[in-house]
Amino acid sequence: MRHVILSLSKGLRIYVPLALFGVFLLLPFFWMLLTTFKSNQELLNTPNPFWIYHGTFAHVTDLLTQTAFLRWFANTLFVSVASTVLSVFVSYIAAYAIIRLRFPGSEVVSMVIFLAYIVPPAILFIPLATIIIQLHWFDKLWALVPVYATFLVPFCTWLLIGFLKNIPRELEEAARIDGASNLAILWRIIFPIAVPGLISAAIFSFTLSWNEYLYALVFMSSSGNKTVSVGMTSELIRGDVFQWGQLMAGALIGVLPAVLVYFFFVEYYVAGMSGSVKE
Amino acid sequence: MTSRSPLLARLDSPRVLGYLLITPAAIILLGLLAYPLLLGIWLSLTSATIGKPGEFVGLQNYATIFADPIFRGAALFSVFYTICAEVGKLILGLALALLLNQRFRGYRVSRALMLLPWVAPTVLSALAWLWLLDPQFSAVSWLLIRLHLINSNIDFLGSGWAARFSLIVVNIWRGLPYFAIGYLAGLQSISKDLYEAAAIDGANGWQAFCRITWPLLLPLTTILLAFSSIFTLTDFQLIWTITHGGPTDATQVFTTLAYQRAITGGQLGEGAAIAVSPIVFMVVLAVFVVRSVRDR
Repeated sequence: MRHVILSLSKGLRIYVPLALFGVFLLLPFFWMLLTTFKSNQELLNTPNPFWIYHGTFAHVTDLLTQTAFLRWFANTLFVSVASTVLSVFVSYIAAYAIIRLRFPGSEVVSMVIFLAYIVPPAILFIPLATIIIQLHWFDKLWALVPVYATFLVPFCTWLLIGFLKNIPRELEEAARIDGASNLAILWRIIFPIAVPGLISAAIFSFTLSWNEYLYALVFMSSSGNKTVSVGMTSELIRGDVFQWGQLMAGALIGVLPAVLVYFFFVEYYVAGMSGSVKE
Repeated sequence: MTSRSPLLARLDSPRVLGYLLITPAAIILLGLLAYPLLLGIWLSLTSATIGKPGEFVGLQNYATIFADPIFRGAALFSVFYTICAEVGKLILGLALALLLNQRFRGYRVSRALMLLPWVAPTVLSALAWLWLLDPQFSAVSWLLIRLHLINSNIDFLGSGWAARFSLIVVNIWRGLPYFAIGYLAGLQSISKDLYEAAAIDGANGWQAFCRITWPLLLPLTTILLAFSSIFTLTDFQLIWTITHGGPTDATQVFTTLAYQRAITGGQLGEGAAIAVSPIVFMVVLAVFVVRSVRDR
């Protein structure tokens, strides 16, 4: 009996507030799911909006066959993967140089990279637009790859500096005595140990790129070059007519890649997130 | 390895290799971050429009925007939005972290799920909120009516103040997990011995929180707040997706207004001045961040 009361009080103390947080934090996702599979009629007239009475796949098939959604999806995937690979590579060698080679000025470089991390895209998009036009990069999908690197590289470098700091130096010193070059140490000794840090950096880069909106909105103009977020807000919303079924189907499918990557590597994600505020 | 050529050996010296390895990062950051930052400040001092470089006009653009009631409203709302959202995220984020810090069944799943708003693309979840807050078919209104909290549908985005508070709530929704995970890491690094000692001295839970937990979390709080404030102050995605700065400019912020003036309206100089103006706040926040990162 006492045990029951104890677990009941624990239940009230933990699970009730947890459920309230859960309702608030997960509501929009639940709503995307419901709307995706409701018929148009049911979207506007229903005895209970939190239930599906007549399920349908029409919104999903319409979205995939009658809009450029698949193209936007492929575009986002390409840009996210390419900018992640570029940024993680560039950041790894930079972080290694800063933390292990200790060349003159490495302290300053690390501080500058940290400052670069806190410059928000909101200040840069107007001058960047003029640069993109001058370089003839406007409306070219791959142009987003180096542009996304501007916010990914500072973040990843900072994350990896914190990670590499904690790798003991004995390993590379032993290799150095054996005559290994710095470059060999970078690839053969440190790289395998740094893999968890690199995974953290890669997941962050991927989700951040997948989330990006402002640059893609300003720098891409033809439908074939848009990303999911930009395509949906600029082409699926026309005037005041909202195709909510299609929009929510697109939102649901658009959320999936970021969420799947995150769920597979949730421990790395959390480690990276806590690491980035701790270091 | 001993047969390395002198050139390779030179290349492998920490100094040469060090500079070589940071070159790619330096090119990206100098060309597409540092240069645009300076160009932005320069543009804000010119009469540039899309297609025309314009000429140097000194502080003319700043004089224009400061005399513009829409800009003043946007600046005021940016600050208000940031303060309200940060306070909300801090309190709820800390509460969630304290909750997750206790041992219970389903801890890992809960933590993973609670982070979803932070991971999901903002524009897409903002679209779901837009639909949830629909004036006619709002599911939130439906729920509140069923709970007998309200009598008729709320027009969440129809009037200035309703829209402002709706956006603040959505911003809290999105940023709260960031605070929760940051605080959770902080809580887990506090030694259990401190709480045991406090319990022996007869301190209750609240006293232990005030005397041990909160003071130890204070440096972390500065970092979380400063980081989050920088990005909330220059928010674009949420507001642009949900209200476009409306109704009648009530929810205009620095970035939405800069976008409208520079990209939609073609007034690059004026837009740049609007985009540059939050730098004043950001320098203050950056000083806080740099100082607390150094102290740790």
